[in-house]
Amino acid sequence: MIEQEYAYYSGCSLEGTASSYDRSIRLILKALGVTLREPDDWSCCGSTPAHAMDHLLAGALAARNLAIVERMETATLTTPCPACLSAFKKAHARATEDRAFKDEVNQLLDIPYEGGVKAKSTLQVIYEDVGLEAVASKVTTVLPDLKAACYYGCILSRPPRLAAFDDPENPISMDRLLAACGVEVCDFAFKTECCGAAFGVPKKEMVLRLTHKVLTMVEDCGANCVVVACPLCQQNLDLRQAQVNRAMGSSFSIPILYFSEVLGLAFGYTPEELGLDKHIVSTDALIRSRRSKEAEETVSTVKEKVKKSAAQGTAGKSGNAPGPEDTASATKEA
Amino acid sequence: METIHLTSDTLNNFASEVSEATGQDMVRCYQCGNCTAGCPYTEFFDYPVSQIMRMIQTGQREKALSSKAIWLCATCETCSTRCPCEIDVADVMDGLRNIAYREKRFTEKDIRTFYEAFLTSLRNHGRIFELEIIARYNLKSGHLLTDADLGPKVMKQLHFLPKRIKGRENVARIVKRFMEKR
Repeated sequence: MIEQEYAYYSGCSLEGTASSYDRSIRLILKALGVTLREPDDWSCCGSTPAHAMDHLLAGALAARNLAIVERMETATLTTPCPACLSAFKKAHARATEDRAFKDEVNQLLDIPYEGGVKAKSTLQVIYEDVGLEAVASKVTTVLPDLKAACYYGCILSRPPRLAAFDDPENPISMDRLLAACGVEVCDFAFKTECCGAAFGVPKKEMVLRLTHKVLTMVEDCGANCVVVACPLCQQNLDLRQAQVNRAMGSSFSIPILYFSEVLGLAFGYTPEELGLDKHIVSTDALIRSRRSKEAEETVSTVKEKVKKSAAQGTAGKSGNAPGPEDTASATKEA
Repeated sequence: METIHLTSDTLNNFASEVSEATGQDMVRCYQCGNCTAGCPYTEFFDYPVSQIMRMIQTGQREKALSSKAIWLCATCETCSTRCPCEIDVADVMDGLRNIAYREKRFTEKDIRTFYEAFLTSLRNHGRIFELEIIARYNLKSGHLLTDADLGPKVMKQLHFLPKRIKGRENVARIVKRFMEKR
């Protein structure tokens, strides 16, 4: 069922290096009829540095935002960023399971958190609440050159009892959303391998090695782009790709797109509207061949007719991209 | 080889302390090694994560809290996802970092410097300001040229002024109250 309204927490990255993630999310959800309301005066979730320092500090920094959302009319919070999501889910779980922890957190806050906010990733909202059918119905544009490796990163569906979304080892939500848009999806083995996370600045050599492994697997599976749902994954794979090439002697030139950008392109938005010019590895060549679905259908109908008249009655697959059903059989059932 | 004398004290104290901090039951770990097998960071660790788990069980507090491993863990949750005993291993690593933080044991100084640059930015503006974090890190760590090569490319993604929220005093108070408490 579609819940019409969500509290939308974009997070700090989406105001800075990941601004195209924010723009594309807002555009596609508007197209899908979902209203996003920004919590008034939200603050940073605390992210990795806060929970590394102290669970109480992390809990309080996250709960300040949960308390703001709790006072809005909508009870469901959605964020595109898996790190923010994890901070909110952990703070909520600790506060609701441990009375003493909740009291301690509230002693640090000006406005207390009572424990009534459910958090979901925006990917989960689109996949579960909006649904594949509604997404497919908005598709106006085909992207024939994309061969996508869907890279979920480490914490979007893990640990399973906290994330409560998709499969922890072989998630399929992005694969299916892309397939619903007619995009070819590759069988990618490193869907949840870690890219090096927040260590890009203080432990660069570690991030470059891990990111190199991910990009190598992307090439090996036959993909020509990576589709992500995490601003940190995007940053490590895209912004640091040249650093990977220098350090590891590789020569990758693989565009790294947010899933919402791909959906946006399929819905007919222009690369400029979506903010694709912000990418470091250019997406131009990859999306140059995109064309309207009607044109694609006309082309494939003509092709079909030619084929039919050439070899009478030969049954062949049309040039059309697969629908959701086709992928469902290709990927593991949830 | 180092010999460790196990007494009921060494066996109980540290494990209880970690349990208290994380809510995880250390006794349940039977050293299957599944956490280490899946850990993407093992090649960088001084001790693999299953050995850290064993150190907790055998009361080797000093060794565990001064390890590099607890700082290099990225909380990617692979270990927590795969533990057959349902121990949230990543949370245990996080709990050890929390204890190390309180005792000011910073085996990986650059990581600490980065975290503090992040939290300073958060405290100052209510939201983080990416450019300030990298500038502060480069100055404090002495690695002045970190990511300087990204300069021209990253410019189109960055904003050049912090997004100051109205409630930044409110956020600063959270941090202040926390510091007083600890």
